[in-house]
Amino acid sequence: MKNILEINNVTKFYKNSVKALENVNLNIKEGEIFALLGPNGAGKSTLINSICGIVNFNTGTIKINNIDIIKNYRTTRKITGIVPQELNLESFETVWNNVNYSRGLFGKKPDHNYIEKLLKQLSLWDKKDNKIKELSGGMKRRVLIAKALSHKPKLLFLDEPTASVDVELRKDMWDVVKKLNDDGVTIILTTHYIEEAEELSDRVAVINDGKIILVDEKDKLIKKLGEKTIKIELIEPIEKINVNLSKYNFTLDQKNRIISYTYNLNSNTTDITELLNDVKKDGYKVKDINTEQSSLEEIFIKLIQENNNELVRY
Amino acid sequence: MNWYGIKAIYIHEMERFRRTLFQSLASPIITTSLYFVVFGSAIGSRITEIDGINYGSYIVPGMIMLTILTQSISNASFAFYFPRFTNTIYEILAAPLSSFEIVLGFVGAAASKSLIIGCVIILTANFFVDVRIDHPLLMMFFLILTCITFALFGFIIGMYAEGFEGLQIIPILIITPLVFLGGSFYSINMLPEFWQKISLLNPVLYLISGFRYSFYEVSDVSLFTSTLTILTILVGCIIFITYTFSKGYKIKD
Repeated sequence: MKNILEINNVTKFYKNSVKALENVNLNIKEGEIFALLGPNGAGKSTLINSICGIVNFNTGTIKINNIDIIKNYRTTRKITGIVPQELNLESFETVWNNVNYSRGLFGKKPDHNYIEKLLKQLSLWDKKDNKIKELSGGMKRRVLIAKALSHKPKLLFLDEPTASVDVELRKDMWDVVKKLNDDGVTIILTTHYIEEAEELSDRVAVINDGKIILVDEKDKLIKKLGEKTIKIELIEPIEKINVNLSKYNFTLDQKNRIISYTYNLNSNTTDITELLNDVKKDGYKVKDINTEQSSLEEIFIKLIQENNNELVRY
Repeated sequence: MNWYGIKAIYIHEMERFRRTLFQSLASPIITTSLYFVVFGSAIGSRITEIDGINYGSYIVPGMIMLTILTQSISNASFAFYFPRFTNTIYEILAAPLSSFEIVLGFVGAAASKSLIIGCVIILTANFFVDVRIDHPLLMMFFLILTCITFALFGFIIGMYAEGFEGLQIIPILIITPLVFLGGSFYSINMLPEFWQKISLLNPVLYLISGFRYSFYEVSDVSLFTSTLTILTILVGCIIFITYTFSKGYKIKD
């Protein structure tokens, strides 16, 4: 699949000489949902804002559909939309006027049928004549999405799309994002909720201190960096660890009845068969076995910690 | 050109004017009426005529200038500062709009509002005094050009302002004194020679003088100088905005 977005060696300094982005290289494929993960101040919003023209970057190039976003900003901006992190809306305007205003800004002639369809799709139709200040936080978030979609973008940036919305609404938002993606919109989202990236994204990038430290397919990432834990529940508790079991680095629960053994999915041998054999050799009977896989969140925390430790060393 | 984009900004801003129509129009009408009561009736009864023009009629162009200068500046500065304040500016910056198109939308709306107010003041003045317009086209030329020029100036203030107080400082501390001392309510020929020379340093004097000429064919300075002054300020504002806006100062980090 072709790249819809290509970022090459992008660096951004703020006026106080703070380096917000450092040699960022990233390619986004057409039609994918891409999650950009990183702690606060990592550079996620700066990167998105640089692509959308909201902030100026210092060096490097950014291309959308192989078109330079600086030289041909009109062409590239027509196909991009952005949902900002904060609820930046004109409070005294109605939902209808707000969304139509956005469509106009992007150079599209009025299309009331499309805006009506869009508002209905986002469950905003019955609020169309309400002023923004009369809406709940979740509804405002939907208005921001409607505004971003008002000109039918091909590339949509969602900066923390479900920040400060309740769990139910978050699931609704996820459905909206999936539906948009099904309709052919490429989506790049930043999020603090790793669960969100895990649920939605095809690929993931981790950014820390202005640098992209990892880009991979979500499933591969989980497989590659994830650890799995096998929990072996015994009928009788272990009273003494014998020679056979002493060679394994496992932990026991408080009642000495559950063996927890963690192994890396990526390694060639996991020693699980040997462990089970040794459990049997030592005379213990197995009551139950289950496995737990580390989540993207655990991987993310591990990566950031490793990266921060490296930065401290340098 | 992104005409739909320009239109969107223009209509969005005019919609704000419509929402606050009463306060937008009531304030200049009441102020104008008060000026007529104070200057026209109370003080005017002692001055009677200047350059052969009834004092009440003489001050009309000056009062219009006073209002449209302050209105153009405050409308444009607020219009551009407000989206900066609420962070809704992100949408304008992310849209396929050039700096020129953004300025055209905001300044066009601010100038239109001031133009409407200027026309309302002319109508209001007619209730109090006889208003004669000898050169209507010239009058409209000055009126429109002044609205555009000072809306551009207001746009610059909107770009640089750090807070709502910042929007008021220049209009209150600079523009209003310049208008009052620029012959709005008198001819500089009434001043001692020294103060006449000092008054010639005030650019607003040239605007009021040219504008007054279009009404009554009387002026403190030549029409050419007045026209040149307004065009110089206009070009200066355009150059300044083009430069700073293209650099993204105060708007793009």
